[in-house]
Amino acid sequence: MSSGSSLIFHIPSSCRLPLSPPSPRIPFLRTRFISLKAMASEDGKDHRLARISSSIRVIPDFPKPGIMFQDITTLLLDHKAFRDTIDIFVERYREKNISVVAGIEARGFIFGPPIALAIGAKFVPMRKPKKLPGEVISEEYALEYGTDKMEMHVGAVQPGDRALVIDDLIATGGTLCAAVRLLERVGADVVECACVIELPELKGREKLGHRPVFVLVKG
Amino acid sequence: MSACKDREQDPRIEGIASSIRVVPNFPKPGIMFQDITTLLLDPKAFKNTVDLFVERYTGKDITVVAGIEARGFIFGPPIALAIGAKFIPLRKPRKLPGEVISEEYVLEYGTDCLQMHIGAVHPGDRALVVDDLIATGGTLCAAIKLLERAGAEVVECACVIELPELKGRERLNGKPLYILVESR
Repeated sequence: MSSGSSLIFHIPSSCRLPLSPPSPRIPFLRTRFISLKAMASEDGKDHRLARISSSIRVIPDFPKPGIMFQDITTLLLDHKAFRDTIDIFVERYREKNISVVAGIEARGFIFGPPIALAIGAKFVPMRKPKKLPGEVISEEYALEYGTDKMEMHVGAVQPGDRALVIDDLIATGGTLCAAVRLLERVGADVVECACVIELPELKGREKLGHRPVFVLVKG
Repeated sequence: MSACKDREQDPRIEGIASSIRVVPNFPKPGIMFQDITTLLLDPKAFKNTVDLFVERYTGKDITVVAGIEARGFIFGPPIALAIGAKFIPLRKPRKLPGEVISEEYVLEYGTDCLQMHIGAVHPGDRALVVDDLIATGGTLCAAIKLLERAGAEVVECACVIELPELKGRERLNGKPLYILVESR
């Protein structure tokens, strides 16, 4: 993925987004300085990325002090930005014979299904423990304190399936890594991980080793 | 699993109904759980499901599709995208990062709470509420209340599956319900 040209958006806290479309009309009560780099597509600058970037709201100190939370709910309120997000992923994957789109609970459930539907792939939800009703396989992964588990239904994915893993954001890469492992354990070929946002300082790509990661914006 | 009476004509319903798996005794003994993950593994059935909803709501000036966490997040967004509406996630407590409004609702034992971001919905918005299934109607009822408190008009609730014996339809504050399959 090219990092050669990028657009940087700085929106001071005092500035509200304009009320007329396309911007979401949400009061940015506690937002601070927003700095998101929109990644250029392989063809050069993708004008859609500017709108996608600016539709994402940053919420300071959530879920705890010091974290700047990247809130995609405002992207979902901007129909064009949401459409463009899905279109960019679909354009990238439609000719790649992807048979499975795996979405990570819960925000991966928002982006994964529209992509799966557009490219004719199965959608497989990757869930927290005890949510899936049938027989599951589990993969444990590390949290900052303690561990968590991700589960997938037995039989959802077959050997030889070509898979994408989707989530809204890649941070440390822990959850993506667990999802990738689950898919590989059942013999799928994980073609790529795709997220709307990356937080590069948290080195999620390293956690995923050699596996490709595609993102639209960097925080 | 049976097709709804007034949808018997649509040939797509049969495939949708038969793609849903029933898992006995989940999450506890006696419950026959309607598992839509198998529908999602059938791209044609999943597409037909979304298309049926989109055909119904296109041209009805729907501005908001509200999806209930988490399976409403699977069906809601494709509908929202196709009809040109905003998508709003309605979530369990402490998941939404911004300022929220909350609506409590009753469970079999105890209560739970559904939340929506402040500012997501405006007076005059015309809303759909989407979930995979309606059982007692408790969560849908809470969703309707949240949207109405923010000034939206809830046009309809849309679910893939209804469990009619649990009479959820009666708990929707008089709002209409549209479903694809019934499970008795």
